[in-house]
Amino acid sequence: MSVAIISLIVLALALIGYVVGRQRALQTAQGDPRKLHSLPVYYGQTVFLFVAVPAFALLAVWLIAQPMVIDARIAVDLNPRISEDASASKLAMEDVARIANGIDALQANTGMTNDEIRNMRADLSDVRGRLAEVGVALGAEVDPQIFEMAKSFRTMQRSGAFIMTFAVLTAAVIGFVWSVRRITPEFRARNVSETFVRWLLIAAAGVAILTTIGIVFSLMSETIRFFGIYPAGDFFFGLTWNPQFRGGSDLGLIPLLWGTLYISFVAMVVSVPIGIFAAIYTAEYASPRVRSVVKPLIEVIAGIPTVVFGLFALVTVGPLLRDYFAVPFGLGTSGSSVMTAGLVIGILNIPFISSLTDDIINAVPQSLRDGSLGLGATKSETIRKVVLPAALPGIVGAVLLAASRAIGETMIVTMGAGAAAKLDLNPFEAMTTITVKIVSQLTGDLAFDSPETLVAFALGMSLFVITLCLNIFALWIVRKYREQYE
Amino acid sequence: MTDIAPSTPAVSATGGESGSLYVEQSLMKRRNAAEVRFRTYGIAAIVVALLTLAIMLFTIVRDGSSAFFQATISFPVTVDAAVVDTAGNRNPAEMSKTTTIGYARILGDSLVTYLEGRDMAVEGMTRKEIVDMISKDAPARLRDRVLADPTLVGQTIAVDAFVIGRIDGYFKGRVTREIAERDSNVTVTQLDLADKMAEAGILRSKFNWSFVTAPDASDLRPEAAGLGIALIGTLYMMFLVLIFTLPIGIAASIYLEEFAPKNWLTDLIEVNISNLAAVPSIVYGILGLAIFINFAGLPASAPMVGALVLTIMTLPTIIIATRSAIRAVPPSIRDAALGVGASKMQTVFHHVLPLAMPGILTGTILGLASAAGETGPLLLIGMVAFVANYPASPLDGGFLDPASALPVQVYSWASRSDPAFIERSSGAIIVLLIFLVLMNVTAILLRRRFERRW
Repeated sequence: MSVAIISLIVLALALIGYVVGRQRALQTAQGDPRKLHSLPVYYGQTVFLFVAVPAFALLAVWLIAQPMVIDARIAVDLNPRISEDASASKLAMEDVARIANGIDALQANTGMTNDEIRNMRADLSDVRGRLAEVGVALGAEVDPQIFEMAKSFRTMQRSGAFIMTFAVLTAAVIGFVWSVRRITPEFRARNVSETFVRWLLIAAAGVAILTTIGIVFSLMSETIRFFGIYPAGDFFFGLTWNPQFRGGSDLGLIPLLWGTLYISFVAMVVSVPIGIFAAIYTAEYASPRVRSVVKPLIEVIAGIPTVVFGLFALVTVGPLLRDYFAVPFGLGTSGSSVMTAGLVIGILNIPFISSLTDDIINAVPQSLRDGSLGLGATKSETIRKVVLPAALPGIVGAVLLAASRAIGETMIVTMGAGAAAKLDLNPFEAMTTITVKIVSQLTGDLAFDSPETLVAFALGMSLFVITLCLNIFALWIVRKYREQYE
Repeated sequence: MTDIAPSTPAVSATGGESGSLYVEQSLMKRRNAAEVRFRTYGIAAIVVALLTLAIMLFTIVRDGSSAFFQATISFPVTVDAAVVDTAGNRNPAEMSKTTTIGYARILGDSLVTYLEGRDMAVEGMTRKEIVDMISKDAPARLRDRVLADPTLVGQTIAVDAFVIGRIDGYFKGRVTREIAERDSNVTVTQLDLADKMAEAGILRSKFNWSFVTAPDASDLRPEAAGLGIALIGTLYMMFLVLIFTLPIGIAASIYLEEFAPKNWLTDLIEVNISNLAAVPSIVYGILGLAIFINFAGLPASAPMVGALVLTIMTLPTIIIATRSAIRAVPPSIRDAALGVGASKMQTVFHHVLPLAMPGILTGTILGLASAAGETGPLLLIGMVAFVANYPASPLDGGFLDPASALPVQVYSWASRSDPAFIERSSGAIIVLLIFLVLMNVTAILLRRRFERRW
């Protein structure tokens, strides 16, 4: 039975449980709801919750665990020669799964019985040819051992699915019977169901913690594996980045970090003045009508996907800078450059800085402005000498948040900054960043035992730590500042 | 106050200028000039920001709108039974043995005969040059059409076939004759013939629905590449992200806003959420690759994995928006409900949540819109791979079939070498932006319609 059908059955059972629970509660009270502890609906609700939630939780856990268990049990049969090599055993397991799918397709197309499949032997019949007929292409002739494993993989998958159906439905029925039998007029149904719901709410809030644990765990485990293969000192202080697919790569962080920081610096030079001046104008000078038009328009920039900015950098800004600045001044001939990526990230960050700054300027108490204007200062003097100093910590926080976004930006640098890892000062030269290299090392065919792939996790870890520190610092500044005036 | 003698203004005493307020002094002039300058900077900043936005949108619409139109040759084709249906019994299963090569021959023969019949031969042009003007995609489309309707065999039918991308580019101004001389994919004589055909009305620019519906095509056939699979992938992911984030986001926000006691655990959750909202999106891609694909063994490129990654990524933003919507419900509502004897849970679910719902939905839709445009994490979970087949319907496990996504399609087309794909890429952006505008408009309408101010 498919997962969708099981879910529907459980849901139907839960709905029936709701009605039955309610009826039974009224019945035990001889049709007089005043004799019940809670409103009748709560008796229905307890049955519903105790049927649906445990069954669905079991279903979810089973769906995640079953492939792992089957893989582990199949892998025992693998040739020790293959199972010692991590990538070879992974390939073998993929073959097993593909052949198993192929047999399924074969059965669906030709109507073979289970007995016929069981008697099929890879060394006696042309399995590869028959699988190719149903659209499953195999690279080589089928190894008889792998074929036998594929057959047992299929049986295990089937029995696993069968046991799962049975277990989930049993859980639902047990929940049904148990919670219906609990119903008496004295049963505190509201309290029970509210406590239950409350635990569900807590579980949902815990997802945030789970995510963080997931990030740290996935980054840490692979980073530690990477440092087991490649010395950490060479990674953090290496001055060259030169991955080779035959081994012997230089994987130094410094050139990538330099590119990242250089591009972010250019981006901040563009976005900080523009963002802050735009915010000052909308917050202090603009009439309400102008403000209500200009502010949403600037925020439109933030709603445009970054890949659009990436294409803009690639097609428009890059060639423009190359033809009118880099080539005439003899600074380079590359369309993708630090300048291209920096300018475009700068534009992307304008709404981010301006809307945060606008909020912060608006939070400065009016009395400060009134005092300054009353002393005869002009509006701009009031802003420069009174409002901005009062808002400074918040603005610094906003700028730091924007910097962390610039450092973590991926698509614009992938499309506009180039791929060459260089330590150079020329802003019209193509350089690369941490995020670009994460993308390039983790797309395509991956081998999770080579330092060239694993280095992406170490890069991700570095990126995560850098941006996390910036964010925590920025949030701390913003929060500290807010407390002052509230 | 009266006994204080009016003192002479300090400025006139020291600077020797007139003390009249009607005459601007030099200091005042400078201060006013600074004021004007300061104000101009503000206007300039806004103008620069909005101008760049306008230029960006303009270039994209300029480059991309032509992707929706495609130069098409319309000519009659005789579907030769000897080639298509060797057995002669009109049985689609047997007819499917004829590959596209056979159909390419039919198309080529028909085009050459048709052109000869209309006396449009160009000096020194080989048959191959004429045949090569038709897209490599046209035979496959003709084959599908004939297999779907075997009665067409032996008849003469009207066919609209795309020309190759270079000739299409010639009509869109992307390819010039100078370029064509150096290009091995197109010859100048082909362009001459194309001009003649355009004059005769055989070759016309037509609206190209297949750009929105067809699957992606290989590097050599930019004219056939479409967004179909990417659109389906994005729709699948948005659906899944919606059903994952809405319940979890609401439940987490209700707990944190209404029930959470002030202790280290809830503090930890709060700090976590605000930090997770600022983690670079690419890190979520690494998480998805490590946990969902490597550890849990879900298939790469699947909308399900993409949706899980996007869910984890947007959940913090959605929780923040949902919490502020819940906080906006005035405490008097809660007090009144509690006062007439409702339990805390009843207060929240019967009164606070319905009032906060418009705000929650608005925040969720905006979160979905930002997830729909996300590219980086999807690259890492393999959604950039070339997918030729449409994913199955959700009931047949389509969420686990390989698919693409709109923003990823933009990226993968932009990274191909043929400039025809830049046009496609911009066209894909137009579709993506329409998608986002629709979502944002829905959010704004929801807010307008249901927002309450207390």
